[in-house]
Amino acid sequence: MSEQGGEKGGMDLEEETSGVVKKFMFVNRKAPHGTIYALEALEVVLISAAFDQDVSLAFLDDGVYQLAKGQDTKPIEVKNFSPTYRALEGYDIEKLYVERESLEARGLTEDQLIVPVEVMSGEELARRMEEQDVVIGC
Amino acid sequence: MINEGPYSHQASDTAYQFAKAALAKGHQIHRVFFYNDGVNNATKLTEPPQDDRHIVNRWAKLAEEHGLDLVVCVAAGLRRGLVEENLAPGFRISGLGQLVESGIQADRLVVFGD
Repeated sequence: MSEQGGEKGGMDLEEETSGVVKKFMFVNRKAPHGTIYALEALEVVLISAAFDQDVSLAFLDDGVYQLAKGQDTKPIEVKNFSPTYRALEGYDIEKLYVERESLEARGLTEDQLIVPVEVMSGEELARRMEEQDVVIGC
Repeated sequence: MINEGPYSHQASDTAYQFAKAALAKGHQIHRVFFYNDGVNNATKLTEPPQDDRHIVNRWAKLAEEHGLDLVVCVAAGLRRGLVEENLAPGFRISGLGQLVESGIQADRLVVFGD
């Protein structure tokens, strides 16, 4: 995935936000294709990495399909951005939470996902959500 | 943060009503950030029927009255043909960093969308 240059924006941003580390959670509920939400959410996640925040990603409902192995988007002529999730580690984004109930309801198992994740119950995920300063669902 | 386009979705209307109510209660709004199809709230080409609300102008008016910072994501805008030439008054185009920065600086970040 490529990003336009100068995306970070905002003058004196480093000064204004330096030292503040908040807990950001990005909540992914939508299938990877069919709508643009998953792709554009990933773009925000990548930008957030530049701000040295405590970032986590949650995958639930059809959002768990975003991490499914073996996606082939050629027939629908859209970009397969799923390899980008594997690059998140390089941005120090390693907290990927997947809701167990959503996985099970779709017949998916942890080993069918393209990245290492922490599978947890909806209840546990709700607790993690509660701990956040900023929750962005898109 | 507004993630849906005007008229086709309630998100922008709800965000507007919320913003107005928050301002009336004395809260400060650090920024309004338009993302996904939400960028379409910022095109000056919008011309709704006369008996309907004008969502774009309404945001611009609120911004003028209260000095709001209305920011449209450049990448999401480019994808959808929203550029400086058709940007409505009161809005500005900038990067996603502005959203993250708001998340860091504001007490609350509220998302309006699906």
